[in-house]
Amino acid sequence: MSTDTTGPAWPAELHRLLKAAGVGHMSYVPDAGHSSLIELFEADPDVVSNMLTTEEEGVAIAAGAWLGGQRSVLLMQSSGVGNCINMLSLPAIGRFPLLMLVTMRGEWAEFNPWQVPMSRATKPALQAIGVRTYCADTPEELVETVEAGAALAYEADQEVAVLMSQRLLGRKRW
Amino acid sequence: MDENLLDRREAVAVLLRDRGDLLVACGLGSPSYDVHSLGDSDANFYLWGAMGGAALLGLGIAQARPDRTVLVVTGDGEQLMGLGGLATIGVARPSNLVVVVLDNERFGETGLQGSHTGRGVDLAAVASGCGFAETRTARDLAGVEAMRAALHSRTEGPRLFVLKVRPVNLPRSLPPRDAVHLKNRFRAHLGLPVS
Repeated sequence: MSTDTTGPAWPAELHRLLKAAGVGHMSYVPDAGHSSLIELFEADPDVVSNMLTTEEEGVAIAAGAWLGGQRSVLLMQSSGVGNCINMLSLPAIGRFPLLMLVTMRGEWAEFNPWQVPMSRATKPALQAIGVRTYCADTPEELVETVEAGAALAYEADQEVAVLMSQRLLGRKRW
Repeated sequence: MDENLLDRREAVAVLLRDRGDLLVACGLGSPSYDVHSLGDSDANFYLWGAMGGAALLGLGIAQARPDRTVLVVTGDGEQLMGLGGLATIGVARPSNLVVVVLDNERFGETGLQGSHTGRGVDLAAVASGCGFAETRTARDLAGVEAMRAALHSRTEGPRLFVLKVRPVNLPRSLPPRDAVHLKNRFRAHLGLPVS
Protein backbone atom coordinates (compact mmCIF):
# COMPACT_ATOMS: atom_id res chain seq x y z
CA MET A 1 0.00 0.00 0.00
CA SER A 2 1.14 3.50 -0.75
CA THR A 3 1.49 5.91 2.15
CA ASP A 4 -0.12 8.59 0.00
CA THR A 5 -3.38 9.61 1.67
CA THR A 6 -5.08 9.69 -1.72
CA GLY A 7 -4.63 5.91 -1.97
CA PRO A 8 -2.45 3.65 -4.05
CA ALA A 9 -1.50 4.49 -7.62
CA TRP A 10 -2.41 1.17 -9.20
CA PRO A 11 -6.11 1.86 -9.85
CA ALA A 12 -5.22 4.77 -12.12
CA GLU A 13 -2.49 2.67 -13.75
CA LEU A 14 -4.98 -0.14 -14.46
CA HIS A 15 -7.50 2.35 -15.84
CA ARG A 16 -4.86 3.80 -18.14
CA LEU A 17 -3.51 0.49 -19.40
CA LEU A 18 -6.96 -1.04 -19.94
CA LYS A 19 -7.97 1.99 -21.98
CA ALA A 20 -4.73 1.61 -23.93
CA ALA A 21 -5.67 -2.05 -24.53
CA GLY A 22 -8.89 -0.89 -26.16
CA VAL A 23 -11.30 -1.57 -23.31
CA GLY A 24 -14.45 0.49 -23.78
CA HIS A 25 -16.84 -1.48 -21.61
CA MET A 26 -16.87 -2.82 -18.04
CA SER A 27 -19.13 -4.54 -15.54
CA TYR A 28 -18.81 -4.82 -11.78
CA VAL A 29 -20.35 -5.82 -8.52
CA PRO A 30 -19.51 -3.12 -5.97
CA ASP A 31 -16.38 -4.02 -4.02
CA ALA A 32 -14.06 -2.22 -1.59
CA GLY A 33 -10.84 -3.37 -3.27
CA HIS A 34 -12.04 -2.27 -6.70
CA SER A 35 -13.71 0.95 -5.52
CA SER A 36 -11.20 3.43 -7.00
CA LEU A 37 -11.02 1.64 -10.35
CA ILE A 38 -14.83 1.44 -10.49
CA GLU A 39 -15.04 5.20 -9.83
CA LEU A 40 -12.51 5.91 -12.59
CA PHE A 41 -14.47 3.83 -15.11
CA GLU A 42 -17.84 5.24 -14.07
CA ALA A 43 -16.52 8.78 -14.50
CA ASP A 44 -15.07 7.93 -17.94
CA PRO A 45 -17.40 9.08 -20.74
CA ASP A 46 -15.69 6.74 -23.22
CA VAL A 47 -16.44 3.59 -21.23
CA VAL A 48 -19.84 1.93 -20.79
CA SER A 49 -20.14 0.72 -17.17
CA ASN A 50 -22.68 -1.77 -15.84
CA MET A 51 -23.52 -2.41 -12.21
CA LEU A 52 -24.50 -6.06 -11.80
CA THR A 53 -26.72 -7.83 -9.29
CA THR A 54 -24.52 -10.95 -9.51
CA GLU A 55 -21.22 -11.61 -11.20
CA GLU A 56 -22.28 -14.15 -13.84
CA GLU A 57 -24.32 -11.45 -15.52
CA GLY A 58 -21.05 -9.77 -16.46
CA VAL A 59 -19.77 -12.92 -18.18
CA ALA A 60 -22.75 -12.91 -20.55
CA ILE A 61 -22.60 -9.14 -21.03
CA ALA A 62 -18.89 -9.32 -21.92
CA ALA A 63 -19.61 -12.00 -24.55
CA GLY A 64 -22.35 -9.81 -26.02
CA ALA A 65 -20.05 -6.80 -26.07
CA TRP A 66 -17.45 -8.83 -27.98
CA LEU A 67 -20.10 -9.94 -30.49
CA GLY A 68 -20.76 -6.25 -31.05
CA GLY A 69 -17.08 -5.31 -31.28
CA GLN A 70 -16.34 -4.00 -27.78
CA ARG A 71 -13.65 -5.14 -25.35
CA SER A 72 -15.09 -5.57 -21.88
CA VAL A 73 -13.48 -6.09 -18.47
CA LEU A 74 -15.22 -7.68 -15.48
CA LEU A 75 -14.45 -6.66 -11.88
CA MET A 76 -15.44 -8.82 -8.94
CA GLN A 77 -14.49 -10.24 -5.57
CA SER A 78 -13.39 -13.86 -5.11
CA SER A 79 -16.78 -14.82 -3.65
CA GLY A 80 -18.31 -13.80 -6.99
CA VAL A 81 -16.24 -16.31 -8.93
CA GLY A 82 -18.43 -19.05 -7.49
CA ASN A 83 -21.48 -17.34 -8.96
CA CYS A 84 -19.95 -17.36 -12.43
CA ILE A 85 -19.18 -21.00 -13.05
CA ASN A 86 -21.96 -22.15 -15.37
CA MET A 87 -22.01 -18.85 -17.28
CA LEU A 88 -18.29 -19.31 -17.99
CA SER A 89 -19.38 -22.14 -20.32
CA LEU A 90 -20.20 -19.42 -22.84
CA PRO A 91 -16.73 -17.88 -23.25
CA ALA A 92 -15.13 -21.31 -22.81
CA ILE A 93 -17.04 -23.01 -25.64
CA GLY A 94 -17.19 -19.90 -27.84
CA ARG A 95 -13.54 -18.92 -27.33
CA PHE A 96 -14.65 -15.44 -26.30
CA PRO A 97 -12.06 -13.08 -24.83
CA LEU A 98 -12.69 -12.51 -21.13
CA LEU A 99 -10.64 -10.48 -18.66
CA MET A 100 -11.68 -10.79 -15.02
CA LEU A 101 -9.99 -8.79 -12.26
CA VAL A 102 -10.70 -10.58 -9.00
CA THR A 103 -9.99 -9.09 -5.57
CA MET A 104 -9.22 -11.88 -3.12
CA ARG A 105 -10.82 -12.27 0.28
CA GLY A 106 -10.33 -14.99 2.83
CA GLU A 107 -6.59 -15.48 2.39
CA TRP A 108 -4.63 -12.77 4.30
CA ALA A 109 -5.53 -11.15 7.63
CA GLU A 110 -9.16 -12.10 6.99
CA PHE A 111 -11.61 -11.53 9.84
CA ASN A 112 -14.66 -13.20 8.29
CA PRO A 113 -14.51 -17.00 8.22
CA TRP A 114 -17.31 -17.13 5.63
CA GLN A 115 -14.92 -15.69 3.04
CA VAL A 116 -12.48 -18.57 3.45
CA PRO A 117 -14.18 -21.48 1.61
CA MET A 118 -14.70 -19.57 -1.65
CA SER A 119 -11.22 -18.12 -1.34
CA ARG A 120 -9.86 -21.67 -1.38
CA ALA A 121 -12.07 -22.58 -4.33
CA THR A 122 -11.46 -19.50 -6.48
CA LYS A 123 -8.37 -20.59 -8.39
CA PRO A 124 -9.26 -24.29 -8.81
CA ALA A 125 -12.82 -23.44 -9.87
CA LEU A 126 -11.62 -21.01 -12.54
CA GLN A 127 -9.01 -23.45 -13.78
CA ALA A 128 -11.51 -26.31 -13.83
CA ILE A 129 -13.69 -24.47 -16.35
CA GLY A 130 -10.75 -23.33 -18.45
CA VAL A 131 -10.01 -19.81 -17.25
CA ARG A 132 -6.28 -19.10 -17.02
CA THR A 133 -5.37 -17.57 -13.66
CA TYR A 134 -2.56 -15.24 -12.64
CA CYS A 135 -1.84 -14.04 -9.11
CA ALA A 136 -0.54 -10.58 -8.26
CA ASP A 137 0.94 -9.84 -4.83
CA THR A 138 2.43 -6.39 -5.43
CA PRO A 139 1.29 -3.29 -7.35
CA GLU A 140 4.14 -3.79 -9.83
CA GLU A 141 3.11 -7.38 -10.49
CA LEU A 142 -0.51 -6.36 -10.80
CA VAL A 143 0.09 -3.73 -13.47
CA GLU A 144 2.37 -6.01 -15.47
CA THR A 145 0.01 -8.98 -15.17
CA VAL A 146 -3.12 -7.07 -16.17
CA GLU A 147 -1.31 -5.70 -19.20
CA ALA A 148 -0.21 -9.19 -20.24
CA GLY A 149 -3.61 -10.66 -19.40
CA ALA A 150 -5.39 -8.08 -21.54
CA ALA A 151 -3.22 -8.99 -24.51
CA LEU A 152 -3.84 -12.70 -23.99
CA ALA A 153 -7.58 -12.18 -23.64
CA TYR A 154 -8.31 -9.75 -26.45
CA GLU A 155 -5.61 -10.74 -28.92
CA ALA A 156 -5.48 -14.51 -28.36
CA ASP A 157 -9.18 -15.07 -27.53
CA GLN A 158 -8.50 -16.46 -24.06
CA GLU A 159 -10.36 -16.31 -20.76
CA VAL A 160 -8.09 -14.78 -18.14
CA ALA A 161 -8.52 -14.00 -14.44
CA VAL A 162 -6.04 -11.88 -12.51
CA LEU A 163 -6.33 -12.70 -8.81
CA MET A 164 -5.37 -9.64 -6.76
CA SER A 165 -4.10 -10.84 -3.41
CA GLN A 166 -5.60 -9.61 -0.19
CA ARG A 167 -2.08 -8.72 0.91
CA LEU A 168 -1.87 -6.26 -1.97
CA LEU A 169 -5.27 -4.78 -1.15
CA GLY A 170 -4.59 -4.40 2.56
CA ARG A 171 -6.41 -5.43 5.69
CA LYS A 172 -10.07 -4.57 5.68
CA ARG A 173 -10.98 -1.89 8.25
CA TRP A 174 -14.45 -2.17 9.73
CA MET B 1 -54.72 -26.75 -22.73
CA ASP B 2 -55.89 -23.29 -23.65
CA GLU B 3 -56.35 -23.32 -27.44
CA ASN B 4 -56.73 -19.54 -27.32
CA LEU B 5 -53.06 -19.10 -26.51
CA LEU B 6 -50.56 -18.32 -29.26
CA ASP B 7 -48.86 -20.87 -31.48
CA ARG B 8 -45.20 -20.06 -30.76
CA ARG B 9 -43.91 -20.60 -34.32
CA GLU B 10 -46.69 -18.50 -35.80
CA ALA B 11 -46.09 -15.77 -33.23
CA VAL B 12 -42.31 -15.68 -33.79
CA ALA B 13 -42.90 -15.60 -37.57
CA VAL B 14 -45.06 -12.51 -37.13
CA LEU B 15 -42.55 -10.87 -34.82
CA LEU B 16 -39.62 -11.43 -37.20
CA ARG B 17 -41.43 -10.71 -40.47
CA ASP B 18 -39.35 -8.27 -42.57
CA ARG B 19 -36.88 -8.12 -39.70
CA GLY B 20 -34.60 -5.67 -41.45
CA ASP B 21 -31.33 -5.10 -39.60
CA LEU B 22 -32.42 -6.62 -36.27
CA LEU B 23 -29.69 -8.47 -34.38
CA VAL B 24 -31.18 -11.52 -32.63
CA ALA B 25 -29.94 -13.45 -29.58
CA CYS B 26 -31.82 -16.60 -28.57
CA GLY B 27 -32.07 -18.29 -25.20
CA LEU B 28 -31.46 -22.02 -25.08
CA GLY B 29 -34.13 -24.52 -26.06
CA SER B 30 -37.38 -23.95 -27.89
CA PRO B 31 -37.01 -20.19 -28.51
CA SER B 32 -33.87 -20.87 -30.55
CA TYR B 33 -35.65 -23.62 -32.50
CA ASP B 34 -38.53 -21.22 -33.19
CA VAL B 35 -36.22 -18.51 -34.52
CA HIS B 36 -34.15 -21.03 -36.51
CA SER B 37 -37.29 -22.53 -38.06
CA LEU B 38 -37.79 -19.24 -39.93
CA GLY B 39 -34.42 -19.64 -41.65
CA ASP B 40 -30.92 -19.22 -40.29
CA SER B 41 -29.14 -15.86 -40.34
CA ASP B 42 -25.63 -14.64 -39.63
CA ALA B 43 -27.28 -11.97 -37.47
CA ASN B 44 -28.64 -14.66 -35.09
CA PHE B 45 -26.67 -15.91 -32.09
CA TYR B 46 -28.14 -19.02 -30.47
CA LEU B 47 -27.30 -20.07 -26.93
CA TRP B 48 -27.19 -23.80 -26.17
CA GLY B 49 -26.39 -23.24 -22.49
CA ALA B 50 -25.51 -20.28 -20.23
CA MET B 51 -29.06 -20.38 -18.88
CA GLY B 52 -30.14 -17.01 -17.55
CA GLY B 53 -27.72 -15.15 -19.81
CA ALA B 54 -29.69 -14.45 -22.99
CA ALA B 55 -31.03 -11.00 -22.10
CA LEU B 56 -27.60 -10.02 -20.74
CA LEU B 57 -25.83 -11.20 -23.89
CA GLY B 58 -28.33 -8.96 -25.66
CA LEU B 59 -27.43 -6.07 -23.36
CA GLY B 60 -23.75 -6.41 -24.25
CA ILE B 61 -24.52 -6.43 -27.98
CA ALA B 62 -26.89 -3.48 -27.59
CA GLN B 63 -24.30 -1.42 -25.71
CA ALA B 64 -21.59 -2.22 -28.24
CA ARG B 65 -23.87 -1.40 -31.18
CA PRO B 66 -26.21 1.43 -30.17
CA ASP B 67 -27.02 1.96 -33.86
CA ARG B 68 -28.76 -1.44 -34.15
CA THR B 69 -31.84 -2.83 -32.44
CA VAL B 70 -31.16 -6.05 -30.54
CA LEU B 71 -33.96 -8.56 -30.07
CA VAL B 72 -33.58 -11.28 -27.45
CA VAL B 73 -35.96 -14.22 -27.86
CA THR B 74 -36.06 -16.46 -24.83
CA GLY B 75 -38.33 -18.58 -22.67
CA ASP B 76 -39.91 -18.09 -19.26
CA GLY B 77 -37.63 -20.63 -17.57
CA GLU B 78 -34.50 -19.05 -19.04
CA GLN B 79 -35.55 -15.55 -18.02
CA LEU B 80 -36.54 -16.70 -14.53
CA MET B 81 -32.97 -17.92 -14.01
CA GLY B 82 -31.73 -14.41 -14.80
CA LEU B 83 -34.26 -12.28 -12.93
CA GLY B 84 -31.52 -10.11 -11.42
CA GLY B 85 -30.38 -9.31 -14.95
CA LEU B 86 -33.62 -7.42 -15.51
CA ALA B 87 -32.52 -5.03 -12.73
CA THR B 88 -29.12 -4.66 -14.42
CA ILE B 89 -30.76 -3.96 -17.80
CA GLY B 90 -33.24 -1.56 -16.18
CA VAL B 91 -30.36 0.45 -14.73
CA ALA B 92 -28.32 0.30 -17.97
CA ARG B 93 -31.35 1.66 -19.89
CA PRO B 94 -30.45 0.59 -23.45
CA SER B 95 -33.02 2.08 -25.82
CA ASN B 96 -32.15 -0.49 -28.50
CA LEU B 97 -32.83 -3.70 -26.54
CA VAL B 98 -36.09 -5.65 -26.69
CA VAL B 99 -36.46 -8.87 -24.67
CA VAL B 100 -39.22 -11.18 -25.88
CA VAL B 101 -40.25 -14.00 -23.54
CA LEU B 102 -42.10 -16.91 -25.14
CA ASP B 103 -44.00 -17.85 -22.01
CA ASN B 104 -45.56 -21.32 -22.01
CA GLU B 105 -45.49 -21.43 -18.20
CA ARG B 106 -43.41 -24.60 -18.53
CA PHE B 107 -39.84 -25.88 -18.57
CA GLY B 108 -40.21 -27.33 -22.06
CA GLU B 109 -36.84 -29.01 -22.54
CA THR B 110 -37.09 -31.10 -19.39
CA GLY B 111 -40.60 -32.44 -19.79
CA LEU B 112 -42.96 -29.46 -19.67
CA GLN B 113 -42.94 -29.16 -15.89
CA GLY B 114 -44.78 -26.08 -14.66
CA SER B 115 -42.77 -22.88 -14.11
CA HIS B 116 -43.21 -19.91 -11.79
CA THR B 117 -45.06 -17.91 -14.45
CA GLY B 118 -47.90 -20.42 -14.21
CA ARG B 119 -48.04 -19.85 -10.48
CA GLY B 120 -48.46 -16.11 -10.41
CA VAL B 121 -45.07 -14.64 -11.36
CA ASP B 122 -45.53 -11.93 -14.01
CA LEU B 123 -42.30 -11.24 -15.91
CA ALA B 124 -43.70 -8.09 -17.53
CA ALA B 125 -44.50 -6.71 -14.05
CA VAL B 126 -40.99 -7.64 -12.85
CA ALA B 127 -39.46 -5.80 -15.84
CA SER B 128 -41.69 -2.82 -15.20
CA GLY B 129 -40.57 -2.77 -11.58
CA CYS B 130 -36.96 -2.86 -12.79
CA GLY B 131 -37.46 0.34 -14.76
CA PHE B 132 -38.05 -1.01 -18.27
CA ALA B 133 -39.49 1.73 -20.48
CA GLU B 134 -42.23 -0.45 -21.92
CA THR B 135 -43.72 -3.86 -21.26
CA ARG B 136 -46.45 -5.68 -23.14
CA THR B 137 -48.19 -9.02 -22.85
CA ALA B 138 -49.81 -10.62 -25.91
CA ARG B 139 -52.25 -13.51 -25.97
CA ASP B 140 -53.29 -13.15 -29.62
CA LEU B 141 -51.72 -12.34 -33.00
CA ALA B 142 -53.05 -8.79 -32.97
CA GLY B 143 -50.99 -8.22 -29.85
CA VAL B 144 -47.93 -9.73 -31.54
CA GLU B 145 -48.45 -7.51 -34.61
CA ALA B 146 -48.44 -4.49 -32.32
CA MET B 147 -45.20 -5.72 -30.74
CA ARG B 148 -43.65 -6.16 -34.19
CA ALA B 149 -44.48 -2.56 -35.06
CA ALA B 150 -43.04 -1.40 -31.72
CA LEU B 151 -39.83 -3.36 -32.37
CA HIS B 152 -38.96 -1.13 -35.27
CA SER B 153 -39.26 2.09 -33.30
CA ARG B 154 -37.16 3.33 -30.39
CA THR B 155 -38.21 4.17 -26.83
CA GLU B 156 -36.38 5.82 -23.95
CA GLY B 157 -35.21 2.52 -22.50
CA PRO B 158 -35.37 -1.27 -22.64
CA ARG B 159 -38.55 -3.18 -23.40
CA LEU B 160 -39.83 -6.62 -22.42
CA PHE B 161 -42.65 -8.31 -24.26
CA VAL B 162 -44.32 -11.48 -23.00
CA LEU B 163 -46.04 -13.79 -25.49
CA LYS B 164 -48.34 -16.31 -23.84
CA VAL B 165 -47.87 -19.44 -25.96
CA ARG B 166 -49.35 -22.95 -25.90
CA PRO B 167 -47.32 -25.47 -23.87
CA VAL B 168 -46.45 -27.93 -26.62
CA ASN B 169 -43.09 -29.18 -27.82
CA LEU B 170 -42.95 -28.78 -31.59
CA PRO B 171 -40.56 -30.59 -33.97
CA ARG B 172 -37.10 -29.18 -33.35
CA SER B 173 -35.37 -26.96 -35.87
CA LEU B 174 -31.81 -27.24 -34.65
CA PRO B 175 -29.41 -24.29 -35.00
CA PRO B 176 -25.65 -24.81 -35.31
CA ARG B 177 -24.10 -25.80 -31.98
CA ASP B 178 -20.56 -24.56 -32.66
CA ALA B 179 -20.34 -21.32 -30.66
CA VAL B 180 -17.08 -20.26 -32.32
CA HIS B 181 -18.78 -20.50 -35.71
CA LEU B 182 -21.80 -18.56 -34.43
CA LYS B 183 -19.53 -15.90 -32.92
CA ASN B 184 -17.39 -15.50 -36.00
CA ARG B 185 -20.26 -15.24 -38.46
CA PHE B 186 -22.07 -12.73 -36.21
CA ARG B 187 -18.94 -10.56 -35.99
CA ALA B 188 -18.30 -10.92 -39.73
CA HIS B 189 -21.89 -9.81 -40.34
CA LEU B 190 -21.05 -6.62 -38.41
CA GLY B 191 -17.81 -6.15 -40.35
CA LEU B 192 -15.61 -7.08 -37.37
CA PRO B 193 -12.39 -9.13 -37.51
CA VAL B 194 -12.96 -12.81 -36.72
CA SER B 195 -9.55 -13.89 -35.54
